[in-house]
Amino acid sequence: MIEIKDLHKSYKMGSNSLHVLKGINFSVEEGELVAIMGSSGSGKSTLLNILGMLDVLDEGSYTLDGVPIKDLNETKAAQYRNKFLGFVFQSFNLINYKSAMENVALPLYYQKVGRKERQEKALKYLEQVGLREWADHLPSELSGGQKQRVAIARAMAAEPKVLLADEPTGALDSTTSYEVMDLIQKINDAGNTILIVTHEPDIADMCKRIVHLKDGVIVEDKKITQVRASQYV
Amino acid sequence: MFTKDRWKEILEVLTSNWFRTILTAFGVFWGIFILIVLLAAGKGLENGIRSNFGDIATNTMFMWTQGTSMAYKGLPKGRRFTFKLEDVAAIRQKVPDLRFVSPRNQLGGFNGTNNVVRGIKTGAFNVYGDYPDIINQDPMGITSGRFINQLDIEEKRKVAVIGVGVRASLYDVGEEAIGTYIRIQGVNFMVVGTYKKNSNDGNAEEIQKEIFIPFTSFSQAFNQANNVGWMAITANDNSSITQLKEQIFTVVRENQKIHPQDLRAVGHFDLFEEFNRVLGLFKAMRWIAYFVGVLVLLSGVIGVSNIMLIVVKERTKEIGIRRALGENPWSIKLQIVMESIFLTIMSGMAGISFGALVIYLINYFLASNGPVEMFVNPSVSLGVVLVALIILVVSGLLAGFIPAQSAIKIKPIEALRME
Ligand SMILES: Nc1ncnc2c1ncn2[C@@H]1O[C@H](COP(=O)(O)OP(=O)(O)OP(=O)(O)O)[C@@H](O)[C@H]1O
Ligand SMILES: [Mg+2]
Repeated sequence: MIEIKDLHKSYKMGSNSLHVLKGINFSVEEGELVAIMGSSGSGKSTLLNILGMLDVLDEGSYTLDGVPIKDLNETKAAQYRNKFLGFVFQSFNLINYKSAMENVALPLYYQKVGRKERQEKALKYLEQVGLREWADHLPSELSGGQKQRVAIARAMAAEPKVLLADEPTGALDSTTSYEVMDLIQKINDAGNTILIVTHEPDIADMCKRIVHLKDGVIVEDKKITQVRASQYV
Repeated sequence: MFTKDRWKEILEVLTSNWFRTILTAFGVFWGIFILIVLLAAGKGLENGIRSNFGDIATNTMFMWTQGTSMAYKGLPKGRRFTFKLEDVAAIRQKVPDLRFVSPRNQLGGFNGTNNVVRGIKTGAFNVYGDYPDIINQDPMGITSGRFINQLDIEEKRKVAVIGVGVRASLYDVGEEAIGTYIRIQGVNFMVVGTYKKNSNDGNAEEIQKEIFIPFTSFSQAFNQANNVGWMAITANDNSSITQLKEQIFTVVRENQKIHPQDLRAVGHFDLFEEFNRVLGLFKAMRWIAYFVGVLVLLSGVIGVSNIMLIVVKERTKEIGIRRALGENPWSIKLQIVMESIFLTIMSGMAGISFGALVIYLINYFLASNGPVEMFVNPSVSLGVVLVALIILVVSGLLAGFIPAQSAIKIKPIEALRME
């Protein structure tokens, strides 16, 4: 599903540049649930942003579902993001003047799905994250956990090939974190490929594979037996 | 492109900060208002001047003699001469594209001596010897009876058409004028018609106090032989008397043995040139109105552009999210440009409507308080409103363009990092 070869990325700041990713080789099969770990500043978010086509790589190659991701103009990148990828952010990033349902429907709107069908699908996904009754609420009327569940519903609405989550539980307490992880595991059970950046070992243990980044290279990549989140909920 | 969701979004953005939206809208509102009112005021002045010219045929010049200023063919300098009927015939024959060539003679009541008598009433009036054509060059409404006709000319009938002003001073109220006789410098003329001229000019009184008699009768009664006092010459509608007049002067100079370079011998007043000069003035005024209006509008448009930049800045993070979710950058640009156009058009329409209301009120006061000199029916045409709307759309487009560009200039990842 994801294939990365010898990926390099540096940030230029004035005259000096900061080499953040120093040759990453990495691939993800369909249906995997991968945790990316590492100390702060090790380049986790940078990697995820490149995978999400929000940022561009300097060197190396990136293939997503057999499509080489290279030299995309903004229009094309937007189209790929919409079709291939779903994002979940640490700070939720819901649009605050739109209701939960409208937020979930957004990716479908960009796919030019009709209004009625959009609403039906949005409600279906809200139902799946258990927030159907909150469809008409604004983000400001939701708790952190609820916001993140809306964000997950939004990320899933366009039925992406890969779900990318950058510290999805970073702003939540442990109980809500487990609720969110439970949801993510269920989505993964349905066959979706998911990558999660996290600091927390217990969250990483709920994935099926852990990748460790240190100083811009992968230092450890191991498959683990998944801890089910449902037992804590 | 113009989906319901698009409109919903535009309204959401613009109504999220009413105060700011209205302040911004005011700039455009004011600009278009000034433009409309200036154009209407210009139109009002133009209408005022036009009605001052009355219905008079404007493609006309008047021509008289002034005495030669150069010696020629043995004739001395300073020689007095008079137009003859032969000159009229020669002009008609040699100069094309003339509609009317009217020889005229005049008996002045202007010096104040009473020259017209009826019974015990007397008055001082201008008396003109004219051909029937003159009514087309100096239009008047016949209020009773008729005007001079060709038969009057041929038979040299002693008939007269008098103005309502003449009638008022020589007749009692309600007295029948048609068929009665008036005595002009000792010669009796029968009144066959009365007229009233249409003009809101300052000398409105004076122009109703004229008497028209057939040219031939005038010549006979007052011993003018074939002399012509002056001429009123009108060109065809598709040519200009200003261009034809040199040819006319040439004919006259040849006929009267005047030196070809003697420019002083024949005097004239070119109404058409004068009229066009005034019209040119209004064209210039219209340009000034557009200039000032568009400049004021421009500052409003810059205001809109400024606010759109701020809106875009405020929404940077939101735009980043939307791009992460896969919205096409063109769609984002379109959204911002449409917000800008919508805001400009709405405030512009309000400005046009308010301008129209003010113009309506001015017209209302003009109508109820009587006419004001030189200012009649200020108005803007539908064409002007359309031009204003086009200006608005274009300026909305321009105002939205830079902000829209700046909205997608920043990379989505940087936009997302924004707090
Ligand atoms: N836009 C940027 N410009 C300059 N330097 C950057 C930029 N983004 C990240 N960096 C730097 O790159 C390095 C890696 O950043 P990154 O955000 O990928 O770390 P991270 O592993 O996600 O850390 P954290 O766990 O704190 O989120 C850091 O040293 C950071 O300062
Ligand atoms: Mg990070």
